Amino acid sequence: MTPEDKKGGRQMSNVMGIINNALDETFLEKLTNHRSLASVPFGARYRLIDFPLSNMVNSGIKNVGLLLESKYRSLMDHIGPGKAWDLDRKRNGMFILPPAHIYQANRAYKGDLQNFASNIDYIKRSSQEYVIITSPNIVCNIDYRSAFQFHLENENDITIIYKELPVFRRDTTYTVLNTDDQDRVIDMRVNPAKNYYKKISLQRYIMKKELLLKIIDDCVSMGQWDFLKNGIIGNIDKLKVYGYPFKSYASVINSITGYYKSNLELLKPEVWQDLFLKHGSIFTKPKDEAPTEYKESSFARNILAANGCIIEGEVRNSILFRGVKVHPGAHIKNSIIMQKSEIGPNVYLENVILDKGVIITGDKELRGDTNYPLIIEKNSIV
Amino acid sequence: MPEVEMLGMLLAGGKGSRLGVLTKNIAKPAVPFGAEYRLIDFPLSNCSNSGIDTVGVLTQYKPLVLNSYIGNGSSWDLDRRRGGVTVLPPYVKEGGGAWYKGTADAIYQNIEFIDLYNPEYVLVLSGDHIYKMDYSEMLDYHKNKNAEASIAVIEVPWEDTNRFGIMNTDDEHRIYEFQEKPDNAKNNLASMGIYIFNWQSLRKYLIADAAKADSDGDFGKNIIPEMIDDDLEIYAYTFKNYWKDVGTIESYWRAHMDLLGDNPELNIHDRNWIIYSVNPNRPPHYIAETAEVDHSLINKGSQIFGKVDNCVISYGARIGKNAVIENCVILPNARIGVGSHIKNAIICENVTIERNCEIGINGESDEFKVTVIGDNEVIKKGANIEIGKVVG
Repeated sequence: MTPEDKKGGRQMSNVMGIINNALDETFLEKLTNHRSLASVPFGARYRLIDFPLSNMVNSGIKNVGLLLESKYRSLMDHIGPGKAWDLDRKRNGMFILPPAHIYQANRAYKGDLQNFASNIDYIKRSSQEYVIITSPNIVCNIDYRSAFQFHLENENDITIIYKELPVFRRDTTYTVLNTDDQDRVIDMRVNPAKNYYKKISLQRYIMKKELLLKIIDDCVSMGQWDFLKNGIIGNIDKLKVYGYPFKSYASVINSITGYYKSNLELLKPEVWQDLFLKHGSIFTKPKDEAPTEYKESSFARNILAANGCIIEGEVRNSILFRGVKVHPGAHIKNSIIMQKSEIGPNVYLENVILDKGVIITGDKELRGDTNYPLIIEKNSIV
Repeated sequence: MPEVEMLGMLLAGGKGSRLGVLTKNIAKPAVPFGAEYRLIDFPLSNCSNSGIDTVGVLTQYKPLVLNSYIGNGSSWDLDRRRGGVTVLPPYVKEGGGAWYKGTADAIYQNIEFIDLYNPEYVLVLSGDHIYKMDYSEMLDYHKNKNAEASIAVIEVPWEDTNRFGIMNTDDEHRIYEFQEKPDNAKNNLASMGIYIFNWQSLRKYLIADAAKADSDGDFGKNIIPEMIDDDLEIYAYTFKNYWKDVGTIESYWRAHMDLLGDNPELNIHDRNWIIYSVNPNRPPHYIAETAEVDHSLINKGSQIFGKVDNCVISYGARIGKNAVIENCVILPNARIGVGSHIKNAIICENVTIERNCEIGINGESDEFKVTVIGDNEVIKKGANIEIGKVVG
């Protein structure tokens, strides 16, 4: 037993988590018109937030704060009291950190450090000595324990978890970094025009809570408002900043194409297993849907489907979220169909993303491009 | 007004011995069903959907899995500040303790629990039937009839009447006679084991029955006949929808096959009457390029690489490449190896079937038989399990 109140220690109970959802999400266009990045649906039954949140919980973190900026109604609905992640606790648990600064006289939004600053009491009051700060737009299943041990043993000021890409993808944007032979970070840039390095930041930063408080104070007092650019990159020369390589599957959602391809990538059994089975479960809000029903006329090949679907048509290389209905004679190919959408009889869909609750009436034909899927907005009727 | 108008008492202590290997390790209400559920999810969800928020669950036989499954009842929205779900195993009282002798005795031994809430009505349920029923409609019926007790009944085929407790009723649906498994039935209304009683009246009958040393402490055998003899107002409430008692291996298998087909009688997709269950939290299921899926129900976390026809596949199952499974019920986390062929079978939890096995394919049988592989069994590669065999 590890007494939770005991100060100090190398246990994960001495680490708090912060998920920074005060990020720009406009790159997802129609998908983020009415929701924040963290609540973008992903992988047939999840929302992006489920990955960083489950990773923290599976790593033994018991205190998680969620920084919010805007359009967080659907996120709040999804998270609730944190029960699905076992974070509905009397001590520690899930903390929703809304943007208190919006009530201030000068309302122009300056940057995510404002969100940190307006919730500084929560950070100060938490009993943990260390903090892991993460972003919701990276999908992976990572156990933070070994990265945290590396952070302690190497006596780093900041540890950044990164992944070395086999090939650089040009259809999306990255925060790239360069390290020396000992993995010390010597350069780091956000979406540079020329893509320097194959090492990309997974936007997971481990540091002492005291250091985070100092960074917030230093930056804010100098009129700097960007956590990554000012708080982290601005300190690379001054602090001991090291990288920690992550070797399993990770995908960065920084563009529509990236979002589309990352979803379809789950159709590879090795990715499915890497992401869902290797390091503990990814938790999400349960919906109590019945198992998915494949009727006589159905034809399904290479698909990922959540519960509650009724499939009577043909579906190939696609992702079906909960409660999707596919009528007889419909053909769906290389598409992402979100919750409760309905595909009418004899419809043809290829390279399409249907947001939640879309109804495609009979005999329609919709096509996007492999590199630029067609997105149909939430609750549309076509 | 009492604080709780109607309290539910769910009888979940039965062994269900006719289910054989399916209840070797768990009580019958904990048996998995319909890829996503356990049997007890049906009455508990019905309670939740009917607005009954105080439910006692009476357990006795192998209760551990059932207890942890029920937890604090939050899966059925039954975690309440007052009431909610209470698991009630037998316990020691001043005069010593005793096992639950029968259905009525189980309620008798928990009179103190019911008195805590002092309800006007008590709803007695079985934990092992598949159906969706609004108990509040039955209560309305009970009140309209000014009844002392109401018994839910369902019309069964006349040739099956000798398998059920049959209620003989007059034109007003009042029950004047009860026949347990009669050879020459006068009626075809079978008791579903669902009762509503006026609590104060039931309480007296339970106490009186407990004093009789030779009583079985059973509703069907003792309490109901006693009430009929005393000329109490007991009415039959006729239920018209799908109801299935999954008492035997074959009826359990058939109830699964009932879920398939194009218009199943039991609609588990109805969002207005959700059947809740404890979420096993698995990833979405995967249908591979090599798979062929027809007429089947597939739950989350399963991976299908082979051919699946007319099957119910629970969470975490894996069907290997070139495997062919027909008319099967696959319980959670079972693994079917490459090239195996299985027909008309129930494959229980955590079973591993290695490659190229044949199960339920060979052998002869005069009548239809379901082949069963019990929990945690490993069937070695190339094995041949004949039709109707039960392993485990």
